[in-house]
Amino acid sequence: MRLIEVQELRRTFTVGRFRAKREVVAVRDVSFAIEAGEMVGYIGPNGAGKSTTIKMLTGILVPSGGRLEVAGLDPSRQRTDLARRIGVVFGQRTTLWWDLPLRDSFAVLQRIYRTSPRRHEQNLAEYVELLDLGDLLDTPVRQLSLGQRMRGDIVAALLHDPEILFLDEPTIGLDVISKGRLREFLRTLNATRGTTLMLTTHDLQDIEALCDRVIVIDHGTAVFDGALADLHREGGSTRTLVVDLVDEAPPISVPGATTRKVDGPRQWLSFPTDASAAPIVAAVAAAYDVADLSIQEPDIEDVIRELYSR
Amino acid sequence: MIPLYVSVATRAFRRYSTYTAATLSGLFTNCVFGCIICFVYLALWDQRPNAGGYDASDAVTYVWLGQAMLMTVMVWGGGVTNDLAERIRSGDVAIDLYRPVPLIGWYVAQDVGRAGFHLLTRGLGPTIVGALLFDVRFPSGPVAWLGFAVAVVLALLVSFAVRFLVASTSFWLLDASGPNAVAFLMAAFFSGLTVPLVIFPGWSRDVVMALPWASYIQVPADIWLGKREGWDLLAGLGFGVLWAVVLFAACHLVLRRATRKVVVQGG
Repeated sequence: MRLIEVQELRRTFTVGRFRAKREVVAVRDVSFAIEAGEMVGYIGPNGAGKSTTIKMLTGILVPSGGRLEVAGLDPSRQRTDLARRIGVVFGQRTTLWWDLPLRDSFAVLQRIYRTSPRRHEQNLAEYVELLDLGDLLDTPVRQLSLGQRMRGDIVAALLHDPEILFLDEPTIGLDVISKGRLREFLRTLNATRGTTLMLTTHDLQDIEALCDRVIVIDHGTAVFDGALADLHREGGSTRTLVVDLVDEAPPISVPGATTRKVDGPRQWLSFPTDASAAPIVAAVAAAYDVADLSIQEPDIEDVIRELYSR
Repeated sequence: MIPLYVSVATRAFRRYSTYTAATLSGLFTNCVFGCIICFVYLALWDQRPNAGGYDASDAVTYVWLGQAMLMTVMVWGGGVTNDLAERIRSGDVAIDLYRPVPLIGWYVAQDVGRAGFHLLTRGLGPTIVGALLFDVRFPSGPVAWLGFAVAVVLALLVSFAVRFLVASTSFWLLDASGPNAVAFLMAAFFSGLTVPLVIFPGWSRDVVMALPWASYIQVPADIWLGKREGWDLLAGLGFGVLWAVVLFAACHLVLRRATRKVVVQGG
């Protein structure tokens, strides 16, 4: 079942005034469809048009052109009806009441969405358990850490059983452990409840952990739509093994990797993203005197840049 | 919808009640200013007894009512609409728009909760202090009490609508501090907080009495003091209803324009 359908979606903004007035295209004829139960990453550099798209999908921004349907509704015309069926989480904004305990925000949400009290209690108990918020329910939101607040916001977005959850930079500013826990939770949510997820992020690991499918947008245009592995292949992105040798040496040569750069005892080797690092590390360690090793994951920005520059 | 609004109003009440020190210091300020203005008015009414149809006792009562209404009705501007202006500026208003709740209703409910808290603290407090220190009058009967209560609710609604319109300018200007300053000056003068509108001379009195700000303090005070009774009382309330309806209609129009034409800030 198609939950989101976007055809030649377009949004322009008029900037400046008087004679300096000009039109800027934020989203340019973007088309895609998302099936129920999918987890889709919507990625692109800053200013690419990600948030503008999300704002149109959720109905708070009116498209300048194209067709748009979410859960069978026209978002901007049926914003209120749509709001009952979707959840939205912003990494950098909060829906929680700043001065009041978490519990109060959740109680108001039950009224907002008119969730049956039983369903509300069930969901609350389940999500609070999964996200480990039990001890924090009576803490005023202003005293929560970013990670705790984020988890609170996610619970807030889910209490009314939305079919679709939009997440805008959900892991921004979180530490590694919080990020991991959040991803784990979202995976569980999708698996057990079939909630459709659409997230924007700058964190490639979010995408790797969660999304079967990626849509890349740059300068308002969708430049890629497909599986993550294909994105890497198309983008020609590589992982990098940084090797610190004990002594300076000529460029390392091991099968499966190419040496890209040498700087004194430090060398950079690149290898394909879908290859395992283990045999390469083993080969290097066997043939050379290694002081230290580290692996750099490809930066999503680089992948996109490469994709776009071709 | 009603349970939701009640739930929102209760939370707003609780939210304001978390800042005890601010409430107490504000209360103290109200009392100090109340006393100072009382002495000024007493000197004035000593020179011109019966100015504006008020005697000295009416005048001091008016002062304390003004102090009590100041925060309850948010005469000078501010309250939850300041949050709105800030949320428009930062783009957090997006969150308000995602909720399946009318934005205006959401903020009215919060403002009612806030007003409830301020009535019980910054309203009741100065009234009691004023009554202990000065010759303050109280309404003569249940009709006056009831009329006053309704007038205060109307004052709150009119004031809310004015503040909402001022905050909405942020959608276009991004910063409401200019409109805020203008609104502050208008309200400080035309609400009758500085001097009662009844002592304005001649035609200027008719003008200020017809402006929406007259419903903030002057009309409720006249009902309290028994200057408006019977049809006059009803006319005073009708005046508030009229402005509330007109201004709320304006709020709806402005908001509709804003949400269809304007960019929500931030990525």
